[in-house]
Amino acid sequence: MNEPFALSLEGLVVRHGDACARCTRNPDSFQRNRCPDCGSIWAARDISLRVREGEILGIVGESGSGKSTLMRALYLDTETVSGSYYLKSYRGGEEDVFKVNPRKRKHIRDHLLGMVYQNPHSGLRMPYSSSANVAEKLIAAGNRSVASMMGRTNSLLTHIEIPINRVKEPPRNFSGGMQQRVQIAKAVANNPPILLLDEVSTGLDLSVQARVLDLIKRVQREFGVTMIIVSHDLAVVRLLADRTVVMLDGRIVEQGVTDQIMEDPQHVYTQTLVNSLL
Amino acid sequence: MLAVKNLRKDFTMFICEGKKIPSFGNVSFEVGASSLLAITGPSGAGKSSLLKCVYRTYLPTEGEILYLDRNGGTVNLAEADDWVILSLRRNEIGYVSQFFHAMPRVSALDTLIEPLITRGGDAAEAMDRASEMLSSVGIGKALWDMYPSTFSGGEKQRLNILRAVITKPRLLLLDEPTASLDRGYKERIMNMILALKEDGTAMLGVFHDRDALTCLSDARYEMTLGEYCEIDRELFL
Ligand SMILES: Nc1ncnc2c1ncn2[C@@H]1O[C@H](COP(=O)(O)OP(=O)(O)OP(=O)(O)O)[C@@H](O)[C@H]1O
Ligand SMILES: [Mg+2]
Ligand SMILES: [Zn+2]
Repeated sequence: MNEPFALSLEGLVVRHGDACARCTRNPDSFQRNRCPDCGSIWAARDISLRVREGEILGIVGESGSGKSTLMRALYLDTETVSGSYYLKSYRGGEEDVFKVNPRKRKHIRDHLLGMVYQNPHSGLRMPYSSSANVAEKLIAAGNRSVASMMGRTNSLLTHIEIPINRVKEPPRNFSGGMQQRVQIAKAVANNPPILLLDEVSTGLDLSVQARVLDLIKRVQREFGVTMIIVSHDLAVVRLLADRTVVMLDGRIVEQGVTDQIMEDPQHVYTQTLVNSLL
Repeated sequence: MLAVKNLRKDFTMFICEGKKIPSFGNVSFEVGASSLLAITGPSGAGKSSLLKCVYRTYLPTEGEILYLDRNGGTVNLAEADDWVILSLRRNEIGYVSQFFHAMPRVSALDTLIEPLITRGGDAAEAMDRASEMLSSVGIGKALWDMYPSTFSGGEKQRLNILRAVITKPRLLLLDEPTASLDRGYKERIMNMILALKEDGTAMLGVFHDRDALTCLSDARYEMTLGEYCEIDRELFL
């Protein structure tokens, strides 16, 4: 793998449901992501992606285009049909991390990747306290000292502006914005070099959204973390992302420097997407 | 430092059956170090589009934009890969847009030092430089911690220019930098631009303002509506 890439994904294919002969042979023979013969969903169809160290990559596209599917695949959290995936932080990008054994996979997810899910229920254990949610990540990374863990947990949670007298409360007591912030604390707990953020600020009211975005920018600036950010909100992507990728029906249809994608899109779908916001 | 050769830009509107809307064509010129080439021409001739092509906010349709980088290599900005463009923007090429886009919830001072910090500059030094520059264009201490979105048009524009100038870019693209400034500040900003130019920066500028044009430019390049005038530009713009 080429040196400066933090992450490199080649030919990712993800399918939901059993395939038939037609779509197995030629998953490109239909327009949208659903095989008309057997109804299986080809949620990612041949996605390749490279992200440089310290870069923020934005991902946009309509609902169902495969953004979350891609993010879950990058977090080693979904089964893939094919594709290979290299991380510079894992053996210098020499080994396909889609092929590693479960123990190594766990190590990669605990140390090298941080994920904020679109749905907080996927990322948090709702009945447990917020500090336990964060501590779980620290324990997974081998932290055994209760005192140091408590210190780290509390500092993370206050860093994301969860009041210290509320850290013992379970996330289910919290608003959507607070839940997303607990997810962020959990995702960054072990200082992973790569952070995956799926719609972190969607559905939050504007002032909360601004705080979440602030937090993301601060993390990026302070730690030089490489980030992939999915958002429905083009303004969010425009604000944060160096480059932007546009997805449609499980494929990447266009990618480029963010302001070029927004101001001079080259694909009919991107033009519709950008114009629908004017 | 910069050589533009037969540059052309059409916008293809896929939404309207792939209709092509020409912006400009046949543009060729060169700009050397320590000089400013003013782009002139009637409204709609494609002056801003040309600057945006050089900055790669727009993808040129045809032609070359050859830039001689700091290491003596030649980069064709029309087709260089995204990472090369991003790195040049960070380290060598500055752009002052016609309108300032404030980053929400970032103070004026932080907005200004950000480009220095992302280049790996020392925070304390950046702070000194930024404070000095802000004061010199009449943005007083009271405003430093405020969000630029609350600034007046003129204050925003001054900050916008400082942000591009503070990193001492090798190539600077200026789109109406003095448009919303009153006389006193205009002069200070122009002096700042002149000083940067003397220091070696190559510049490409669009000016409505006669004084700025005469005082800052070393040469002019006239763009015409040419073959494109019959197109109803309102449709697109
Ligand atoms: N577990 C599943 N079983 C079956 N189909 C699924 C499953 N998960 C996702 N899909 C399908 O895969 C496709 C891609 O879904 P995905 O969640 O990746 O979209 P998305 O781009 O994240 O959408 P949104 O913007 O709404 O979050 C969709 O057609 C979806 O219905
Ligand atoms: Mg999703
Ligand atoms: Zn099928």
